[in-house]
Amino acid sequence: MDAQFWTYSLVGVTFAMYITIAIISKAGSTKDFYVAGSGVHPLANGMATAADWMSAASFISMAGLIAFMGFSGGQFLMGWTGGYVLLALLLAPYLRKFGKYTVPDFIGERYYSKNARLVALICALFVSFTYVVGQMKGVGVAFARFLDVPYDTGVLIGIGIVFFYAVLGGMKGITYTQVAQYCILIFAFTVPAIFISIQFTGNFLPQIGLGSKTTDGVYLLEKLNQLTVDLGFDQYTQVNKQNLMNMFFITAALMFGTAGLPHVIVRFFTVPKVRHARLSAGWALLFIAILYTTAPAVAAFARTNIIHTVADQSYESLPQWFKNWEGTGLLSFEDKNNDGHVQYNADASINELTVDRDIIVLANPEIANLPPWVIGLVVAGGLAAALSTAAGLLLVISTSISHDLLKKNLRPNISEKNELWAARISIAVAVVGAGLAGLNPPGFVAEVVALAFGLAASSFFPAIILGIFDKRMNRQGAVAGMISGIVFTMCYIVYFKPQLGGVGTPAGYWWGISPEGIGTLGMLINFIVAISVSRLTTKPPQKIQELTESIRYPKGSGKPKEIQIR
Amino acid sequence: MRFIAIFLNNKKAYWKQNLKYLGILLFVWFFVSFLCGILLADYLNQFYLGGFPLGFWFAHQGAIYVFVCLIFVYVYLMNRLDKKYHLDEG
Repeated sequence: MDAQFWTYSLVGVTFAMYITIAIISKAGSTKDFYVAGSGVHPLANGMATAADWMSAASFISMAGLIAFMGFSGGQFLMGWTGGYVLLALLLAPYLRKFGKYTVPDFIGERYYSKNARLVALICALFVSFTYVVGQMKGVGVAFARFLDVPYDTGVLIGIGIVFFYAVLGGMKGITYTQVAQYCILIFAFTVPAIFISIQFTGNFLPQIGLGSKTTDGVYLLEKLNQLTVDLGFDQYTQVNKQNLMNMFFITAALMFGTAGLPHVIVRFFTVPKVRHARLSAGWALLFIAILYTTAPAVAAFARTNIIHTVADQSYESLPQWFKNWEGTGLLSFEDKNNDGHVQYNADASINELTVDRDIIVLANPEIANLPPWVIGLVVAGGLAAALSTAAGLLLVISTSISHDLLKKNLRPNISEKNELWAARISIAVAVVGAGLAGLNPPGFVAEVVALAFGLAASSFFPAIILGIFDKRMNRQGAVAGMISGIVFTMCYIVYFKPQLGGVGTPAGYWWGISPEGIGTLGMLINFIVAISVSRLTTKPPQKIQELTESIRYPKGSGKPKEIQIR
Repeated sequence: MRFIAIFLNNKKAYWKQNLKYLGILLFVWFFVSFLCGILLADYLNQFYLGGFPLGFWFAHQGAIYVFVCLIFVYVYLMNRLDKKYHLDEG
């Protein structure tokens, strides 16, 4: 039984499982559809949040990025986990007490303004849509590489599956599918890592293996430092001092961005009580941390493995996996000095090896000579990661349209039954739209996804935090803050991103901050503008001050109070 | 009236205590990631934790472990506080 057989069976079994779960957990009301009836167990919500959060990028690309960045790769590890501390401490419990369905809901009511709701709605749609197109692309790539299915067909199969369980079950169906998807993806990520950790260090926990001695008695990291220095790179664990300020800003932008992403926040509306919202943020981070503490170990093992297997070896003697992956274009060897050996070096003029970062996770089982079923497992895991994130994002898009736009803006008198139908139709349209965009992804998708964090950090995060912690914050302040934060961030990004038509060069970066980290500065600007403007304008109405007061105390979260807005 | 006044004072005290917890926990959050994992990492790298240079360990492992602990500590503290001020949801 070869890898192909295992891949087909494991992907087939997992897909059948998602469909079964969807049929069992059909949504019966808009509350079911938007927030799974607010009846999800905190532990299950933690798993669903983790699957929602960990995308194709976390599963496939992150370990590879770290493998080639070394110490600086920590910005992704800390940035994409630290945001959950902010969520649990500063956002989730209060938003659960507020007890509505969406982030635009909160912004619209707290700032007593339909326009504020509309601004939030557009931001949510923009962030979610760019993000979901990236996931669809991941699904297509996984199918194309492992199942010999054309890329387009792969995307269509992915759309079909998500369409089925998202349209039928809404948030309820998505939540329970995500629980299953989390189990699959975490198993698929850790199993190869455990195998490799045992091979290298004899220690079965990759987190410990990373700091252990290899079989020849030298610490793994010491060995890797030596290998990288020999090839002309910086030491693997060495701090890149020129980049420190930038790393600080990027880490912060990822953290605050995480805490401002609508598809993550909405998950905390699905649990029954305020204390469950706090607790499920804890579970979510614990489940995420299992992958995020394993990834740096995978990265270091893989980098060592590649250097060992490939550097200075004769091309003829390279193992079969090298040739397999050469065929995909992710690995390439160009014999510049015609000696038949692979020169791998930091100096681009003599380096002959190009490695795509995605290969680290995908080819890892082959590089480490693991049994063929592990390869099938990794593919099923990558698909689970992409599909679960896509479903969560699509739900945000559909809720924004049927609830925030239709119910709260255009047709306030729409009946419950019709609203549910509208939700189903809009998620169906969103799935198909995302799929079509995934078939022809615009070249800048990858760039825009990275920016989604900066935009979320500079717009939503301050508006929500001030809405909870500053009773004096009014509509004028919040709107001025959001607009100045997002406009500043957008301009800086567009100016310095050649892919988006910008003319700036890295030499012109302010304090060395790259576009990925500028969201942090945009957020600070938002805070300063919002606070100054609010102090110079009138107090928010008494009703709103009472609302702000009431979300601070958990008691009475069961029955949300409707507040009329002008 | 007097009862309501006491109740309001209680709420104020509850919120103040909550803010105090937030301040302490967020300081730890900042300390392990932005200080130990980034700004002080170069200095900390001269110390070792097994095979890990310490600054590298914070950036790639340690900060994440502390984050998880922080949330569960907050959950514990707030559940206790909710009960103490009778603001829990039963």
